Amino acid sequence: MPCAPLTRGLSSVARKALMALTGLVLVGFVLGHMSGNLLFFRGPEALDAYAKWLHDLGPLLWAARVTLLVAVAIHIWVGISLAAENRAARAGGPEVAATRRASLASRAMPHTGVVILGFIAFHLLHFTFRAVNPEVAAAGDAGRVHDMIRLGFADPLVSAFYIVAMALLCLHLSHGVSSMFQTLGLRNERWRGPLDLAAAAYGWVIFLGFASIPLAVLVGIPPFPALAK
Amino acid sequence: MVKENAPGGHDATLRLTLRVWRQRRGQPGAFEEHTLAAVPTSASFLEMMDLLNEQLVRAGKEPFAFDHDCREGICGMCSMTINGMPHGPLPGVTTCQLHMRNFRDGETITVEPWRARAFPVLRDLAVDRSGFDKVIQAGGFISVRTGSAPEANTLPVPKPVADAAMDAAECIGCGACVASCKNGSAMLFVGAKVTHLNLLPQGAPEADRRAVAMVRAMDDAGFGNCTNYGECQAHCPKGITLDVIARLNRDYLGARLRGFFASTGKPRRGGD
Amino acid sequence: MIPDAKIPAGPLAQKWQSHKTRLRLVNPANRRRYHVIVVGSGLAGSAAAASLGELGYEVSCFCYQDSPRRAHSIAAQGGINAAKNYQGDGDSVRRLFLDTIKGGDYRAREANVHRLAELSTAIIDQCVAQGVPFAREYGGHLANRSFGGAQVSRTFYARGQTGQQLLLGAYSALSRQIGAGAVRMYPRHEMLDLVLVGGHAKGIVTRNLATGEVRSWAADCVVLCTGGYGNVFYLSTNAQGCNVTATHRAHRRGALFANPCYTQIHPTCIPVHGEDQSKLTLMSESLRNDGRVWVPRDAADCGKDPSSIPEPDRDYFLERKYPSYGNLAPRDIASRAAKEVCDDGRGVGPAVGGRRLGVYLDFASSISRLGEGVIRERYGNLFDMYGNITGENAYRRPMRIYPAVHYTMGGLWVDYNLQSNIPGLFVGGEANFSDHGANRLGASALMQGLADGYFVLPSTVADYLAGVGLAGRPSGEGAEYRQAVAETNDRVARLLAVRGKETARSYHKRLGRIVWEACGMARSREGLTKAIADIRALRDDFWRNVSVPGDGADLTPELERAGRVADFLEFGELMCRDALVREESCGGHFRTEHQDDGEARRDDARFAHVAAWEWRGEGAEPVRHAEPLVYEDVQFTTRSYK
Repeated sequence: MPCAPLTRGLSSVARKALMALTGLVLVGFVLGHMSGNLLFFRGPEALDAYAKWLHDLGPLLWAARVTLLVAVAIHIWVGISLAAENRAARAGGPEVAATRRASLASRAMPHTGVVILGFIAFHLLHFTFRAVNPEVAAAGDAGRVHDMIRLGFADPLVSAFYIVAMALLCLHLSHGVSSMFQTLGLRNERWRGPLDLAAAAYGWVIFLGFASIPLAVLVGIPPFPALAK
Repeated sequence: MVKENAPGGHDATLRLTLRVWRQRRGQPGAFEEHTLAAVPTSASFLEMMDLLNEQLVRAGKEPFAFDHDCREGICGMCSMTINGMPHGPLPGVTTCQLHMRNFRDGETITVEPWRARAFPVLRDLAVDRSGFDKVIQAGGFISVRTGSAPEANTLPVPKPVADAAMDAAECIGCGACVASCKNGSAMLFVGAKVTHLNLLPQGAPEADRRAVAMVRAMDDAGFGNCTNYGECQAHCPKGITLDVIARLNRDYLGARLRGFFASTGKPRRGGD
Repeated sequence: MIPDAKIPAGPLAQKWQSHKTRLRLVNPANRRRYHVIVVGSGLAGSAAAASLGELGYEVSCFCYQDSPRRAHSIAAQGGINAAKNYQGDGDSVRRLFLDTIKGGDYRAREANVHRLAELSTAIIDQCVAQGVPFAREYGGHLANRSFGGAQVSRTFYARGQTGQQLLLGAYSALSRQIGAGAVRMYPRHEMLDLVLVGGHAKGIVTRNLATGEVRSWAADCVVLCTGGYGNVFYLSTNAQGCNVTATHRAHRRGALFANPCYTQIHPTCIPVHGEDQSKLTLMSESLRNDGRVWVPRDAADCGKDPSSIPEPDRDYFLERKYPSYGNLAPRDIASRAAKEVCDDGRGVGPAVGGRRLGVYLDFASSISRLGEGVIRERYGNLFDMYGNITGENAYRRPMRIYPAVHYTMGGLWVDYNLQSNIPGLFVGGEANFSDHGANRLGASALMQGLADGYFVLPSTVADYLAGVGLAGRPSGEGAEYRQAVAETNDRVARLLAVRGKETARSYHKRLGRIVWEACGMARSREGLTKAIADIRALRDDFWRNVSVPGDGADLTPELERAGRVADFLEFGELMCRDALVREESCGGHFRTEHQDDGEARRDDARFAHVAAWEWRGEGAEPVRHAEPLVYEDVQFTTRSYK
């Protein structure tokens, strides 16, 4: 059967488990990332200090980065192989499409995934490699992370893209988190409802947490101190 | 769930337009449109198809081929996608148990075969579901020689366990799970089989080998992968739940882990 | 000719054990050199194919369904009897034997029935070991229920799906052998002829239903487990594909057909709802435990809403006629009583073809006594099924029921080894005639299918194979095979060439109406004589006027149906003929001339025998042979349920 190289030989269930486990790493990461980001609201000192602390972790930071990178790579690679197989296995599907239960989130997993991948690429270029905007780059290079973020989100188009991407991430998580338990065999009909709710709640928390920052920058609430020159 | 007859509704009839899939093996297919002037509301969906076929044969045309047998919802042979839904709009029943009182006068009904690569069309609405048999042949059994079984009551099975095994064993192997799945996945079917046998103490000695072998056979048969849509459960005429898929995942992953740590590198229980 | 049943000598209870030790064996190293064909994959066929494959024979198994798991054994609801005496209520092999003999109205062979009762316990062991999820008690042990009016609780069950679970057990055993390469499975293959070489059954001819290919298969022996012929009535509880073709084709090749007139009518089916109906649905007999059967006293009330008919105007006819058994009277008696009141013009429900054929099964008094919750708990799934089919809520208005053809006790004649009069042709399950006499007890069809498949056929087939040896085996290239294929092709071509105006289904319907009226619940000389003539006329018309579109080189259900109907049109005549000659009433066979005020009157002096019919060619009269039924152990008695 058609199977992306590297995942050939791994059964469908094993690859699904890989999706779930790498997903778990990413689920943990987004929560940590979001919590750190919320320091934005504590002001420039808090956030800049947090960023410096992260940078000073050195090898630990790199270990985390590598873990993340590997998790993302596996998640994407296996995801593509599974999605390609699923498409082929469906053989087009019925001419009249009908859905009784599958949620929008579940059906859109590959699509939300692709957009999120695009977002990650842009996000890295934007704030990590700082290749998008020289002003943003200058602030970031100077360790003024709070300023970098405010400059970065000054463009309403960029902010809107961030907010939309986070909404899609919310959708992705609202299926993915509960699905993860099912794939690892840790869900049953009794707990499915509560788990689905928890997954949706988690998605919303992540969305609100991340989206609050560009939104705050756009509307100027709360009032921010002047940008350092 | 039961749609009741209106008083005196036994004689009511419907005028229907049917778009039915016509295909010969290995060739592309297309819909054909036919009208039926008077379908009794008391007829089953398959009896409505009989009427259509009788009309076609009398006109010297070829009738539509479709699979059906017991017509009481247990053999699992009938397999029609009706308006996009395997076994039609009424949940919890097979096509043969779907009655025409569930449709409206003047309605257009689209009838297609099960759609999945693992179920190639043999003709019109009949598909080849031998992939299911191959999965069972790989491990859907408890190995016991004829005549070698111990006295039945020597092995007590707790009632809740027996009941849960029975819940899974209700699967009739119709394939609606695959047909409804947007990935063409057979996990509900395979999960039901694995759950039934692995839950029981009789099935324990081969539990690991069974889960691994059946998943392998499932993959080889060309079914898709489960992404936990839940469409299968919503279309299953026997109410099999996603629990069986969770169980299959758990048993499979456990088997692989145990095999990984076993010195032979083979699943421990019933190593192949 | 008196067919020799080859009943072993010795005391009844030891016959099977001592016979088994005398049966010849095949050396394990030689087994794979023998090829055994098993036709049919229901309980008997799957069990036989799996067991023979496991023993090491090369087995090929054929079924017309798309998977062996779909054979109609799957539809059996109630349960399976076994003399385990788990309830400690006094059951024993002896008691199960006696009940079965009596239930069969003294028209079954003692030795066969005793063997069946003996094997019943091993079946349960085997099925439990396979993982059949039988109902359990809280202590973890197997549960039982009483069934079909038996005095003991000996019925094992798996919800209302015992047949399905047992078949899945046998199918899993079969699948294991297929996976191991010991059995080759050929689904979507229909057997259309039997091949005889030197008088022995040495192969079959099949049509691949998916491709239309007709070909022959050579083997050392052939086992037919192809089910019953209930679909001769068109409307029955059988599956659509159930047919008589395999056994009838074997009959045409010389196999005797025994007791074709013994058919069983089940009293609790959902009545016919329309002219276009294709199938009757059985509802568990257990409903009669809490439902009361009635019709209006006055035919004028039959169209009225049942709730508007006051108690004094209702006729609870089973309670009236059989005060001691009441609504639990045996199947044949309850069925005939329902027919009588409907023939009297007092049937209820929608009129089909101008007649109301249905009686009420009323739960109102049980609901008021026990509450709707209890009834829902006991029968909820049946009420749902009824509601789904009829569109009526049986909690609010009485159910309507009517008898329907359910099982056929007749079948190919076999000896004690389940071998027909053709050497090398074995017949198991409903396809043979052997164990149920003139009437089958509830929960014993599954028992017989599995006993034949798991425990009898593997031993007796080995005995035959050991006897014929490996020398001079047919290659499959002989003229017999070529000729059989040519004849089958010719017959298929003839069906396709008629190009008439009528559908095969319409002939089937007409045949069904004829045999149901003349050879259904009540039979008379006059009706049967007329039916034979009518069937002949219908058969002639069929071959002039049937329409089978297409070329048959593909999946062609219309061609399959036409072939099966053509065989039913020949077989139906034989059934009526058998009923005509059997001038007595016994079990499911009720001759109106032979009754005492509505009660069946057996004639043991003249008819305590098996009627085995020999085919003498198309248009020629078949010859009836009689195998006397010798009762060494039990005494004839008359059933009474008054």
